[in-house]
Amino acid sequence: MRILVTLDVNGHQREVGIRPYATLLDVVREDLDLTGTKRGCDMGTCGCCTVLMDGNPALACLTLAADCEGKAIETIESLRSEDGLHPLQLAFEEAGATQCGFCTPGFIMAAKAFLRDKPDLSREDIAYEISGNMCRCTGYVKILDAIEKAAAMLREDEYPEKIPDVQVKTGKKAAGAKAVKKKARSSASS
Amino acid sequence: MAKRQKANRKYNIIGTRIPLVDSRHKVTGEAVYTEDISFPGMLVGRILRSPHPHARIKKIDTSKAEALPGVVAVCTGVEAPITFGVLPISKDENALAVEKVRYVGDSVAAVAAEDVETAERAINLIEVEYEELPVYTRPIDCTKTVEEKIHKHCRGNTNVHKEVRQHFGNIKRAFHESDCVKGDTFKFDGVTHAFTEPHCCIAVWEANDRLSVYSAQQVPHYLHRALSEVLEVPMHQIRVVKPAVGGGFGGKSDPFPHEIACALLARKANRPVKITFTREEVFLSNHGRHPSTISVKMGVDKEGMIQGIEIDALIDGGAYASFGVVSTYYNGVLSQGPYRIPNFKYRGRRVYTNTPPSGAMRGHGSVNTRYAIETVLDMICDEKGLDPCEVRLKNCLPEHTATINQFRITSNGIQECIERARDQSDWNNKYRKLPYGRGIGIGCGFYISGSNLPIHWTRTPQSTVHLKVDMDGGVTLHTGASDIGQGSDTMAAQCVAEVLGLSMDYVHVKAVDSDLSPIDLGSYSSRVTFMNGNAAREAAEGIAQQLAAAAAKLTGVPAERFVFHGNVLSDRDNPSVVVPYMDALTEALAETGALIASGKYLSPKLGGKFKGAGAGLSPTYSFQAFVAEVTVDPDTGIVTADHVWAAHDVGKALNPLAVEGQIEGSVHMGLGQALSEYMHYRKGQLLNANLLDYRCVSPIEMPPVDVIIVESDDPEGPFGAKECGEGALAPIIPAVANAIYDAVGVRVKRVPVDPDFLATQIARKQDSADKKSKKPRIAAVR
Repeated sequence: MRILVTLDVNGHQREVGIRPYATLLDVVREDLDLTGTKRGCDMGTCGCCTVLMDGNPALACLTLAADCEGKAIETIESLRSEDGLHPLQLAFEEAGATQCGFCTPGFIMAAKAFLRDKPDLSREDIAYEISGNMCRCTGYVKILDAIEKAAAMLREDEYPEKIPDVQVKTGKKAAGAKAVKKKARSSASS
Repeated sequence: MAKRQKANRKYNIIGTRIPLVDSRHKVTGEAVYTEDISFPGMLVGRILRSPHPHARIKKIDTSKAEALPGVVAVCTGVEAPITFGVLPISKDENALAVEKVRYVGDSVAAVAAEDVETAERAINLIEVEYEELPVYTRPIDCTKTVEEKIHKHCRGNTNVHKEVRQHFGNIKRAFHESDCVKGDTFKFDGVTHAFTEPHCCIAVWEANDRLSVYSAQQVPHYLHRALSEVLEVPMHQIRVVKPAVGGGFGGKSDPFPHEIACALLARKANRPVKITFTREEVFLSNHGRHPSTISVKMGVDKEGMIQGIEIDALIDGGAYASFGVVSTYYNGVLSQGPYRIPNFKYRGRRVYTNTPPSGAMRGHGSVNTRYAIETVLDMICDEKGLDPCEVRLKNCLPEHTATINQFRITSNGIQECIERARDQSDWNNKYRKLPYGRGIGIGCGFYISGSNLPIHWTRTPQSTVHLKVDMDGGVTLHTGASDIGQGSDTMAAQCVAEVLGLSMDYVHVKAVDSDLSPIDLGSYSSRVTFMNGNAAREAAEGIAQQLAAAAAKLTGVPAERFVFHGNVLSDRDNPSVVVPYMDALTEALAETGALIASGKYLSPKLGGKFKGAGAGLSPTYSFQAFVAEVTVDPDTGIVTADHVWAAHDVGKALNPLAVEGQIEGSVHMGLGQALSEYMHYRKGQLLNANLLDYRCVSPIEMPPVDVIIVESDDPEGPFGAKECGEGALAPIIPAVANAIYDAVGVRVKRVPVDPDFLATQIARKQDSADKKSKKPRIAAVR
């Protein structure tokens, strides 16, 4: 038996027929072909399936897809836009924070969420924030490097998402333009 | 000195911090892992696993499962009775159990169905009648006469799989002549790889009767061989593809039963089949480090020079052989460095037990013995009042020497490793000087940089790389080297870009598709940088010759005078003569069409003539010295690693960013084994088969790691490089244990350290210290 749900994924309304007990992870990977979200344990212990729901991190493997109607879901695929890569993606690449890469999407999504609210975290605090995600390759050293680097980039850019309104300081046109675009996208999706 | 100057030679690409070539795909989620692949009509495969640790299969009835709508194929062991294993000398696994099951989780039958739910329901409908057999889980019991042998080929009437004895020099005399002889017995629980990507395999039996297998594999070539043997299909009718792999650490370096079962199902169903493991299945499949009991006895003379080492290792192989024969040797022979050992005696025994199979895991075979040796050495230093760094420095193997069991040592940076780790950690101001509860310790190590002998005795080079350069200028690199996240694709691309003086974006790596890739034996024994790197460099030199000849034709300058850098060829003697790369290429193509070159690596003939002389042989060895600083809470026994200084002789860091990543990752994994990770069995049942109860070190517990890269410039390594990904694991564990002793005066004799027991020992020690003795008594842990 399948039920029809409408999910808001990466700014698009997607109507999908799902098994009633399907998890959000099943649906994004198998029905929506968004395979960037990884299945590492299927029991909420590794964080590889972290996605954002209304901006907050969620473990897709423990979330019933049928419960997600009306919520804005973001997966790793949403981060790469016509503006290029998200600062977190750039930082993960440059800092060598990805080795096998299986945990990377989950880390980036988790970091995106907490950096929005807390852009000035210390390294220790970042370690605490990412402790729901598991990496077996890097020993977390370069992941912390990357998130610190991305946080600095985001602060420098006054990255639009942490600005409550679109009032961007003059002289930062690029950031302002991005902010408007983001704003437009988020209002379209909500 | 001339040698070190070579290490400092200016390179364009080599030695620079380059993000891995596949990292862009990984940060965007575009990288395709096996589970991300699907084929039209693909079925879901599931495996029925044994609930018993040891039982004879009397009957399997699959009729109910077959009758379930949606079930397309059901397979049992009789359909593929040929045994396989990664080592040709110990093939004892079946795709699905034929006669017996040997551990809880052993594969019994397999089902392919339209969806997961149906497959799982079908699995539960298979009726198996078992006759339970005596269960063996204690290795020591397995060395004695047993009622029921786990495998027919066990030695005598025991469950001993392999026994190794070696004796070099005269250990009795060495101990007799020593000033101080110390020894102890250490116990190690099993640990597992815990990579993030569960095993996954897709088999497609195509209409032309050709099999394609996509699998998360470190050694696709050995899988290729096993598939061919068990399925009785010629190798050329099988194609093995390795998509992106989410970590391996040795846990994906055997041909696995599920891979063969997947192919069986695909053949029977005539449709593609995918098998993805649950996390519990990943744990049950294991192939992790052997649980071990290791005794080490060491003698030193008055000057603190090691006179001899005697080792006895009893390792628990679990239910199957895997790499076990090699592991049995490695537990002894990999203690031959980094110190000079003039007398050496070893007995190693590997037994079968009714637990998930042990196999190769990062630092294969060297880790637990290394712990025992470094700890005993620390005991000796403690008793004689010697400084552990000084004693180690005194005993270092020199460069260009041979060990007593005839390992050829070439480049060797151990001395620099110890000195730099000591100095950077401020050792002299900390050792035995930190306040109670805080301590510092050192551990050294050495590791092979590629096993000198291939697993299959052929004269084929261990690694071959093909290059193709066509009119677009792009260099396509075909390699069978298996990138599992360690960055081998990047390494090979760097070697080629360096030789051709090109930027990295010119080189495109096409790795591990057996139809396209020349053979590389795979990612094990830390062989890839050394062997595949040399092959890549040789191939690139072949292309460079063709380009130089074309440039010579264009300019009249002799070909051998051209040097390659910055996407141009220029005259070494007259830098104003410059030929752009594309011009040289166009000229070269005019006569030949696409430029093709092949490079290879075949290791030199090394070693002695005695039995087991081949084990542990390597064209070169890496060396390490790690210092750890820890805090021990005397009330709770909880150990916190505060800081790690990790000095590793990597020959030459081709890509320091990747080298640091390997060493930091090794420290993380080693700290896990030291402090929190273990496979918890009860009567053969694994109790912690999940990532919550199997406790890897979390980001909060991970200390800062100062990576100290030591470059000894190996004479045979590609651009001087040797391994860095495995040797770095072993030294951290004894470094932590020795630091614990420095902090609270308690020796850790069981790994991982149990905080409760440590607290008890600390309390007991304090009591007795209060009561009578002034001298601290060494207490045993656990």
